[in-house]
Amino acid sequence: MKHTISVLVENNAGVLARIAGLFARRGFNIDSLAVGVTDDERVSRITIVADGSDYTLEQIEKQLNKLIDVIKVKTLKNDTSISRELVLIKVGCSSRQRAEIMSIAEIAHAKISDISNTTITLELSDSKDNLANYEELLRPYGIKEIVRTGTIAIQKGEAAVRV
Amino acid sequence: MNTTRMTVAKAMTECLKAEGISTVFGYPGAAICPFYDELYNTDIRHILVRHEVNGGHAASGYARISGKPAVAIATSGPGALNLITAIATAYMDSIPMVIITGQVNTEQIGRDVFQEADITGSAEPFVKHSYLLKNPEDTARVFKEAFYIAGSGRRGPVLIDIPYDVQKAEIDFAYPETIDIRSYRPSTYGNGQQIKRAITAMEQAVRPLICAGGGLFTGDGASLMRRFAEVNDIPVVSTMMGLGAMPTDNPRYYGMLGMHGCKSANYAVNHCDTLILLGARVGDRAISAMEARSDLTVIHIDIDPAEIGKNLAVDIPIVGDLTAVLGQLIEACGVPTEHSAWKNELDAMRSDDKVTPAKDGYINPKQFMRILDKALPDNSVVVADVGQNQIWAAANITFHGGRFLTSGGMGTMGYSIPAAIGAKAASPDKEVIAICGDGSFQMQMMELATAIQHDINIKVIVMRNNYLGMVRELQEKGYDNRLTAVSLDGSPRYTKIAEAYGIEAALVDSPEAAETAVKQLISSDRPFLIEVSVEEHEKTIL
Ligand SMILES: Cc1ncc(C[n+]2csc(CCOP(=O)(O)OP(=O)(O)O)c2C)c(N)n1
Repeated sequence: MKHTISVLVENNAGVLARIAGLFARRGFNIDSLAVGVTDDERVSRITIVADGSDYTLEQIEKQLNKLIDVIKVKTLKNDTSISRELVLIKVGCSSRQRAEIMSIAEIAHAKISDISNTTITLELSDSKDNLANYEELLRPYGIKEIVRTGTIAIQKGEAAVRV
Repeated sequence: MNTTRMTVAKAMTECLKAEGISTVFGYPGAAICPFYDELYNTDIRHILVRHEVNGGHAASGYARISGKPAVAIATSGPGALNLITAIATAYMDSIPMVIITGQVNTEQIGRDVFQEADITGSAEPFVKHSYLLKNPEDTARVFKEAFYIAGSGRRGPVLIDIPYDVQKAEIDFAYPETIDIRSYRPSTYGNGQQIKRAITAMEQAVRPLICAGGGLFTGDGASLMRRFAEVNDIPVVSTMMGLGAMPTDNPRYYGMLGMHGCKSANYAVNHCDTLILLGARVGDRAISAMEARSDLTVIHIDIDPAEIGKNLAVDIPIVGDLTAVLGQLIEACGVPTEHSAWKNELDAMRSDDKVTPAKDGYINPKQFMRILDKALPDNSVVVADVGQNQIWAAANITFHGGRFLTSGGMGTMGYSIPAAIGAKAASPDKEVIAICGDGSFQMQMMELATAIQHDINIKVIVMRNNYLGMVRELQEKGYDNRLTAVSLDGSPRYTKIAEAYGIEAALVDSPEAAETAVKQLISSDRPFLIEVSVEEHEKTIL
């Protein structure tokens, strides 16, 4: 099962290595990882999507909490949180295909980030599942490159993971 | 705060003094020289070991007896790397230590210069926390935090790696009085609701059992556990790390559990209805003799939430400091209960491990341990190495207020002599005995020089069977007796090695010789070594 874990850490050197090392040596699988500072520049948020049983998730949370630099660990529930990935997709695009691809972009609420005689690059932010759908729609045009960030997630309503 | 201008190297010694450190164990080299040069100006006793790993083990022995974080020091690169096994050994057994290593100059880090090693990176899996001290101004805070982190919560080793140029830098120094790490606040008291549930479970229990672990040796854990067991009339078994927490001759004590444990302890674990784990990690070797059961209520009390439920399903988890939680439990206990029927059942399972005399020229190792045990003062510290010798010691040494130190989690050969040196340095008035095999002795015999040089009068027992006995036993049973790479042919006479260091020694090849030698060993106020002739194919599991 996939779990989305929001981790607040002290913005110290080596924190990411510690967390990555912990996952590797305890045999936890990371699906994606996203890191960025929070509104407090001394604190970073690491959002991890990990795969494993409930037992594994409990171990991940407990072991993360043992790291001195980790301030808070919270597993976000699917139904009470919103998760997003950002993806940049470069597809082959002749001038004749442009209108077609742009209509897909419109449905997907994608931004056109770059355009050339032979390519078009779309910028999309959505849930992982929706992104997979759009990817399939674009595949026939020839995907030249896909770059995606790890998942970031936030709880709905008042709930917040803060220091 | 009033500050004083000084070098970081001097500030490091000031930090150690402020932490009450009077003895350190180490091995110098170029990258840590500024610090050693400042050590020259202090009264801190530096014990020069003969290999860095042993400085780490000695600090471990010192910490386990003093109850406070102990300090080991090494230079950059090979010196720091040599410490890793000791760091990992301490980590597995939750021993509080602060490790100080020299590092190459800050601007050279990452360029593979002479004697550079990424020690914070390489030791990461085995430290509670580590610092690469790049900013000289952080010195005081880092030391304060390091000692606090090492000695609080679930204790463990903390590493401070300090580049050469940082040691030489000047700072305005003052040692902080307070500490606040927002991301590190270990719990003390157990959750009230869980305490209530534990009390209810205990009241309903007909066959309760306490499993005493190594975590009891912090604070007043061991004595409170004894009171708790007494008030509620609960039988006690021990893990190897918990040996000594309960006196061996206490009528409620049923011995050590596990793969190498005794019958009554393993019977108790498999027949209790309520198991109270106190500061025990529930390691695989400890529960190997335990059958899976659905009718068992498990109460696990530990300072580290990550240990609870890791290896055994737990019904009532209590996270907290054992001294605090046991205090809460004792206070919350209602009417004293008694469990005579259960104890009678367990008493019937006690068996006296019979000793068959060895053939001429040898002594049965259990018999030797019992002769030694009789002669030992009550408060002695016995440090067992790893292997058959460890099993014989654990099963036959009795405890009446003394301690048993061993590398429980990592099973690191070569632990006993350096750890004994550390333990003796921390408690010069106690008899401290290292027991090792002939294999492990040869991993650490260089430390006899350390003992002599620093007047640390440890006693050493070498159980000579001319084999890596424990592995040989494994090969005999599990590999059709195909003995591979376990013979120690070519080894020296160990009494001669001792004599070469100026240490008095005796060879024991009969029970009579054992009686005489053990008397000599106890009455000597200098280091003393006994080489014990053990029959080559003696086993631990019969
Ligand atoms: C550093 C290290 N290397 C290898 C082992 C594996 N090992 C466990 S017991 C043992 C044999 C120990 O032999 P010896 O010290 O002679 O003790 P004995 O078992 O004969 O009492 C070995 C090699 C270990 N525990 N530690």
